[in-house]
Amino acid sequence: MKILVCISHVPDTTSKINFTDGDTKFDTNGVQFVINPNDEFGLTRAMWFKEKQGATVDVINVGGPETEPTLRKALAIGADSAIRVNTPATDGFAVAKQLANVVKDGGYDLIIAGRESIDYNGGMVPGMLAELLGANFVTNCISLEVDGTNAKAVREIDGGKETVSTTLPLVIGGQKGLVEESDLRIPNMRGIMQARQKPLSVVEPVDATKETSTVKFEKPEAKGAVKLVAPDNLDELVNLLHTEAKVI
Amino acid sequence: MSVLVYTESEEGKFKKVAFEVASYAKAVADQMGTTVTAITINANDVSELGTYGVDKVLKVNDSKLDAFNARTYANIIKQAAEKEGTKVVVVSSSADSKYLAPLLAVGLDAGYASNVVEAPTSASPFTVKRTAFTNKAFNFSTIDTDVKIVGVSKNAFGLKENSASAAAEDFSPSIPENGVHVESVDKATNTVTIADAEIVVSGGRGLKGPENWGMIEELAQVLGAATACSKPVSDLGWRPHSEHVGQTGKPVAANLYIAIGISGAIQHLAGINASKVKVVINSDPEAPFFKAADYGVVGDAFEVVPKLIEKLKEFKAQNA
Repeated sequence: MKILVCISHVPDTTSKINFTDGDTKFDTNGVQFVINPNDEFGLTRAMWFKEKQGATVDVINVGGPETEPTLRKALAIGADSAIRVNTPATDGFAVAKQLANVVKDGGYDLIIAGRESIDYNGGMVPGMLAELLGANFVTNCISLEVDGTNAKAVREIDGGKETVSTTLPLVIGGQKGLVEESDLRIPNMRGIMQARQKPLSVVEPVDATKETSTVKFEKPEAKGAVKLVAPDNLDELVNLLHTEAKVI
Repeated sequence: MSVLVYTESEEGKFKKVAFEVASYAKAVADQMGTTVTAITINANDVSELGTYGVDKVLKVNDSKLDAFNARTYANIIKQAAEKEGTKVVVVSSSADSKYLAPLLAVGLDAGYASNVVEAPTSASPFTVKRTAFTNKAFNFSTIDTDVKIVGVSKNAFGLKENSASAAAEDFSPSIPENGVHVESVDKATNTVTIADAEIVVSGGRGLKGPENWGMIEELAQVLGAATACSKPVSDLGWRPHSEHVGQTGKPVAANLYIAIGISGAIQHLAGINASKVKVVINSDPEAPFFKAADYGVVGDAFEVVPKLIEKLKEFKAQNA
């Protein structure tokens, strides 16, 4: 089985979010970038397929050279090789189109992406990729088993879960549950050394027109000060929630 | 040319989000000087949509569509959009709509903006305000294609009543096969889910152990709320992952979010930021959550929560 894991290069979850150039660009100053957490759950599940079922695992990112350390980290975790499509990630559709092109040439059976990235939260790349490929698609995926060309997956739905059967080729929108937090791997020194020797190929993009454009960013308004209620005066809290906030 | 809105139902009845997306579609239609057409799949009585400004309903009823199937549903909505010559399709942020929207976008060659929180700020260029960086910021984005898909964030636009006739018309699209087959659905009954809840009661590590969740559940029950938890609590296995809210868990956009024994890490706050009113109960007055909350109680949760349950029961009895 040939697996491709899509890796989004995103600001660490603890990052303070700021903008520059008249609020039109994300300020990367002082920001540490990581593998998108939803992608990391998928990558870790792919490692399981590699170790238990002899799968090969490639990782891919659409972005400039600044994303290569994130791909190297994925190699250090255990992926076999990495691909970087050398073009900025402009919008979900353009990224899906670049990915589809690499998948078609590469003959992948299983493509695992995160259900969404934690920066733009678009949640559209895996679905668009599946549709462009005509491949089966399961998102919000919290469990995945593959047996030959058959797959069984569990999708988280509002208020529960749904078990589905499908076949390869398959695109997965992964999230926590594919593996547990405690299964995530911190690259060890040997992994990091090996990652330096592993192939990271840079491929040039195909034509892909973006369909949406960010015009401007805005930060939420600063919050007013919290209203404190004494622990022995909870009638007051109930009253405020009823008459002032009008939520009960 | 009408705006097409996919109004979701479950077991024949509309979900609450159906009325919110219908309200949104009406606002878009007014901006564009056109009407609203809703597409329903296996909904029974569709007349209620008129209350929220829907002029026409394309009603699809077929037992083959009883189980939700993203690609099949996306294809049916595509057929409806083509029949109506639609330029704007409006969908919700439910798990199902977020599943089908990207498939529909490719099918219609449409640009898709998800997590939209307001009516378009401009009809031309078509510009929407959406959340980004998991609620730490907004981005204004144009959709540059001829056909556009807007995914509306839950509880962001609200319900707006606009009386219209909602003339129903039976619609029989072709129903394509899909390679993903639903084997079983496991859904909690009689509990409020985080996705549907107007009030969410959430517990953190300050509660010391899973055996202390009884009072959280009781508080939730009194309020008709869903229960949730912080990431450490789900990582420790005290509560199921499905309750984890935050940046890598579920987002919460409730009217009222009550955080008990949760310090308020930046990732947690990002995930619950879209909630309208936040209450924090924590013994540590320095907990970062106090900076993000509207109301706070500095005190021991084990004393405050049972008292609060009592007070709320009294309040409910008086206001019943």
